[in-house]
Amino acid sequence: MSLFGFSFRPRRAKSAKTAKDRLQILLAHERSDGSAGPDYLPLLQADILAVIRKYMEIKEDEVDIQMERNDDVSSLEINIEIPSPGPDKSVASTPLRKRAGLG
Amino acid sequence: MTQLKDKAPLGKVIVITSGKGGVGKTTSAAAIAAALAKRDFKTVVIDFDVGLRNLDMIMGCERRVVFDFINVIQGEARLKQALIRDKRLDTLWILPTSQTRDKDALTKEGVEKVLNELKEQFDYIICDSPAGIERGAQLAMYFADEAVVVTNPEVSSVRDSDRVLGLLASKTKRAEDEGAEVKAQVLVTRLDQRRIDAGEMMTIDDVLEILAVPLLGVIPESTAVLRASNVGMPIVLDEPSAASRGYEAAVARLLGEEVDTQTERDKKPGFFSRLFGAPA
Repeated sequence: MSLFGFSFRPRRAKSAKTAKDRLQILLAHERSDGSAGPDYLPLLQADILAVIRKYMEIKEDEVDIQMERNDDVSSLEINIEIPSPGPDKSVASTPLRKRAGLG
Repeated sequence: MTQLKDKAPLGKVIVITSGKGGVGKTTSAAAIAAALAKRDFKTVVIDFDVGLRNLDMIMGCERRVVFDFINVIQGEARLKQALIRDKRLDTLWILPTSQTRDKDALTKEGVEKVLNELKEQFDYIICDSPAGIERGAQLAMYFADEAVVVTNPEVSSVRDSDRVLGLLASKTKRAEDEGAEVKAQVLVTRLDQRRIDAGEMMTIDDVLEILAVPLLGVIPESTAVLRASNVGMPIVLDEPSAASRGYEAAVARLLGEEVDTQTERDKKPGFFSRLFGAPA
């Protein structure tokens, strides 16, 4: 408790402000989704995998889907490791980036 | 043993919940129950944390537990055999949980039966929820009339409280049967004014703006809480402290008394609780 009831110091541009901002963005998404995150991501991943497989051979764990949620725009990043043709097993990473206004 | 009073008991069920662990649920359940009992309401506090019994220690009756909540649910003991009467207040009772079983021993029917029996004898039934949002926590809130959501001004606690508020609005008997919400209020605990002034901790207004529910009370970080738990004393029965005054004010508000939280926070701490709450 502060000595004189309230403080005249107006500056609060510190970590508490960051905490509040982060919570507000996160909870806006969680509330609209009704859960901790979009639950269609695993299904989306399976569908994307199926489409890619029509054209090339890739393994289950070679698709990485990440979502970054922000205030006005959310980005969905899909990373697929495409095996290079030929006998050597080196892989080339081809990021396919899709931007969509989600949520 | 538990004779009926001449007037019918209120039979009000209040859950103390939070989602996150370690925010002060059991401390708050013990303090709120004791503060209600001090005001002459016949009160029982129930431990729903099956397997991790702790309310008995906070209430200082850990050596008096013979039968428990689970024994009663499973028909192995009568309710009056499991209820422990507080040695300090004759209006206060504790229903401990089992330390050896797991949360699957709780059934919805069993919990309802015990609560209905308690409602016939008690004014207030305080349900101390376990952390998390699984079976034990869901059953602790399911039959509640009101909820106290204990929150620390910290990101993970506030996020979990938001989740719990969502469950209170959908996964409770009130929400399912009558389409009416359980009345939920937030109790902010472990507040450190110095850190707020330094911009290191979210303010009460920040937390309330995010959670969008009424404020029941504010409990400042206090060394008195650990001291009281060391000796098994509900904080409001121990020496007066900023924390005990915070709980007295919260209980005043729970009973519908007008206590201005803004003034309480910004002026001298404990001014209103000294006005409303009897000293310990």
